[in-house]
Amino acid sequence: MDFAYSAQEEAFRKEVRDWLDIHVKELPTWWRNPDVAGPEIDSQEYHDFSLLWHKKLYDAGFVGIAWPKEYGGRGATILEQTVYNEEMAKARVPGPSNGLGIGWAGPTIMGYGTEEQKKRFLPKILSAEEWWCQGFSEPGAGSDLASLQTRAVDMGDHYVVNGQKVWTTGGHRADWAILLVRTDPSAPKHRGLTYLLLDMHSPGVTVRPLRQITGHAEFNETFLDNVKIPKSMQIGETNRGWYIAVGPLAFERSALASSIGRENTLKDMIAEARKLKKNGRPLTEDPVVRQRLAQFLIEIDVLKYTGLRSLTGQLRGQKPGPETLVVNLFNTELGLRLADYMIELEGPYGQLMRGSKYAINHGSWQYSFLSSRGTAIASGTLEIKRNVIAERGLGLPRSTR
Amino acid sequence: MDFGLSEDQVMLKTAAREFLEKECPKKLVRQMMDDERGYSPDLWKKMADLGWQALVFPEQYGGIGSTFLDLAVLLEEMGRALVPGPFLSAVVHCGRTILAAGTEEQKQRFLPGIASGETLMALAFTEAGGGLEAPGVATAAKAAGADFVINGTKLFVPCANVADYFLCVARTGDSADKEAGITLFLVDAKSPGVSVTVLKTMTGEKQGEVVFKDVRVPTGNMLGELHRGWPVLRRTLDEAAIAECAWMTGGARWVLDASISYAKERIQFGVPIGSFQAIQHKCANMSVDVEGATSITYYAAWAVSENDPGLTLAASMAKAWCSEAYKKTAFEGIQIHGGIGYTWDHDMHLYLKRAKASEVAFGDADYHRERVARLAEI
Repeated sequence: MDFAYSAQEEAFRKEVRDWLDIHVKELPTWWRNPDVAGPEIDSQEYHDFSLLWHKKLYDAGFVGIAWPKEYGGRGATILEQTVYNEEMAKARVPGPSNGLGIGWAGPTIMGYGTEEQKKRFLPKILSAEEWWCQGFSEPGAGSDLASLQTRAVDMGDHYVVNGQKVWTTGGHRADWAILLVRTDPSAPKHRGLTYLLLDMHSPGVTVRPLRQITGHAEFNETFLDNVKIPKSMQIGETNRGWYIAVGPLAFERSALASSIGRENTLKDMIAEARKLKKNGRPLTEDPVVRQRLAQFLIEIDVLKYTGLRSLTGQLRGQKPGPETLVVNLFNTELGLRLADYMIELEGPYGQLMRGSKYAINHGSWQYSFLSSRGTAIASGTLEIKRNVIAERGLGLPRSTR
Repeated sequence: MDFGLSEDQVMLKTAAREFLEKECPKKLVRQMMDDERGYSPDLWKKMADLGWQALVFPEQYGGIGSTFLDLAVLLEEMGRALVPGPFLSAVVHCGRTILAAGTEEQKQRFLPGIASGETLMALAFTEAGGGLEAPGVATAAKAAGADFVINGTKLFVPCANVADYFLCVARTGDSADKEAGITLFLVDAKSPGVSVTVLKTMTGEKQGEVVFKDVRVPTGNMLGELHRGWPVLRRTLDEAAIAECAWMTGGARWVLDASISYAKERIQFGVPIGSFQAIQHKCANMSVDVEGATSITYYAAWAVSENDPGLTLAASMAKAWCSEAYKKTAFEGIQIHGGIGYTWDHDMHLYLKRAKASEVAFGDADYHRERVARLAEI
C-alpha cells in the first residue's frame, strides 16, 4: 500500500491547482455566497454562467481530460483523472457543462460510432457548442427501461419515430439527445431496441417542462410526433441498442472526489452546528449530535478507502468487484443522510426557505435537501442499485421482476 | 497510489485460509467452547510452526519482522475461522506492548517466548466499571522495597485461565489527573495471591476474573516508566481495537459468503430465495457493511504499520464501523437462513455471538464515535 502519487501526477496536480488559483476568482460572487443565491440559482442564468466557465476550462484543456487526444481530450491516465477530480472538488468549483455529452454520449459515439459520426459530433460535445440530453425513460418504462415503447419505423434511409420520453434533464435547452427506441416490437424486449442520436430541433419534437419538488423545472417530458431521424444517426447495429446503452456504463470509480465533496458538506455542517444553539449551548456540545457528526466522518472515510480499493482494482486491470458496486450505493445514501441531517439540525428553522427573514444561512441548505431526494431515484433507484450489487457483485440469481 | 494487498499478503491470506479450513474446523471451535483450557495446544503449536505468533516481532527477538498490515490480513482469516485461544492477547495486547515499552532485557526475556508460542500472556486492564478510561483503574500497586505489591480485581481478562503472565494495569499514583498515575506490570500468573475464576461467556471464550491479593512483583517487571503507563496502554488499546476489527471483518465476510451460498441453494415458492429482492437487498446491505469494514480496517492497519499520526483516529473510526457492521451482518445472516440459522447445529450463531462479544471489546461504536468527535475537534 502506498498513498503517494508519481512526480508526473503531482506535476499535473500543480498545473490544475495553479490554474484554479487564478481562475477561481473569476467565478461570480453568487457561486459561493449563499445570501445571493448559490448554485441553485434558476436556471438560465446558471446555465449561461456554466457555459462561460466551461469555456475557460475548455481553453485550458481541462474538459474531457479522459478523452483520447485524437478526439480533443488529454488522454489522461486514471490517476491524472483522479487528481483532476480531487483538485476540482477541493476548490469547490463547478465542473464542465454538458456533462451528459462528455460523460455519456461522447464515449458511446467513440465506442460504437462511425468515423463520420465521431468527426461530426465529438469536437462540439467537448466544446459544449452542442449540448446534450438523454431520452431513455418513458412514462411506462422506468426501472424496467427495456420495456420502453417509443416506436421507430424503418423507412429506408431514415426512421420515423413516435412516442414519449420523460425525465429528460436539460431537454429544454439541449441540441441533441441520445435516444433509445423500439425497432422490433416482436422481439424479446431487450433485443428490439436501437440506439439513435436525435436532433432536438427536428420537426415533431416537443419539450414540456416538468416542475420538480425544488420548484425548478430542470427536467421535461419530450414528445416525438412523426420525427424523422436519418439512418446516419444510428449508433451500432439495429436492435442492439440495449447492449450499447447498458454495456459501457462506466462504474463509478471516482469515489475519491465524491468523498472530498462529502467532506466539504460535512465541514459546512459542523461549522453550522457550532453556531446553532439549543438551550444556550452549541449543538456540537450535544452528545447525540456529536454521535451523528462523528458517524458522518467515519462514513466519509469508509467511502474514501472503499473508493481507493476500487481504484486500485482498476489500476491493476481487475474487473469491478463488490467494492466498486457498493461505492455508488453508499455514496448516494451518504449524500441523502447528510442533506437530511442538516435540515434536522436547524430544528424548526429547517422549514424556512430562501427569502425568509429568519432562514438560517439564507436557506441555502433547503434546496440541497430537496434536490438530494432525486439522487435516490435518478440513474437507478436505490432498490435497483441493490439488485445490481446482489446479482452482479454477489452472484445471486436474477430476481423476478 | 495503491490501496490493495501485495502479492505476498494475498499469498499469506490464501495459505492461512487453507490451513485453517483444515486445522480449525467448526468442530474444533465447538469443542473449545466446552474445553477447560479453551484452546487447542496442538493448533497453537502448528500456528507457531508457521510463524504466525512471530509475524510482527523483529528478528532479534525471534520474530519475522512483518508489518502490522500483514498481521491484519492474517487476523481476518483467523476471525473467519473463529480460531479459539490467546492469539490476540499474547501477540497484540501484550507482545506488542512489550515491544513498544519494554527494556532491552525485558524484550529479550519475553518476546522470543511469545513469538515461539511458548509464553501465553493476557492483558489485565478492565475492572468492574467495564470502561476503557484511566479513572476506571482502581487496582493499586504500592512500592515495597525492591518490589511492588498489587491489590485489586480485574474482569473480562481474555484467556486468563491459561496465561503465564498478566500485563496488569495498575494505579501507582493518585493525582487529580487520573492518567498520570498508571503503571504497567508483567505479573507471573503463578505468583502467590493471584487467583483466576473463569467467567461463563456467550461465546464460550475463556475470560477471567483475576484477583490480585498482596501480589509481589519485582521492580524489574515494571513495563515502561513509573506513573507513565497510560500513553503506552493507549497505543496498545488502539492496536488492539484495530486487530479486533480485522478479526471482525473476517467473521463478517464468512457470514456474508455463507448467506449468499444459502440464498442460492434454498428453494422456496419454487425458486432460490436469493432471487427475492427482500433477500437480495439484505445481501447488498451486508456487502456495504463488509466492504466498508475491509477498507477502513486496512487503512487503520496501514496507519499502525507506518506509525502514521492518523492511527488513533483511524482506530476509532474502524472500531465504530466494524462494531456495527459485524453485528448487523450476523443478524441478517441468521435471518436469511431462517429456522436453520437459529439452531445450535448451524454455525451461524457462533458468529452472532462473536459479533456481540467483539462489539464491546476495546470500545463499542458509541464510545468510538465520541472519541472520533473529540479527536476531530468537533
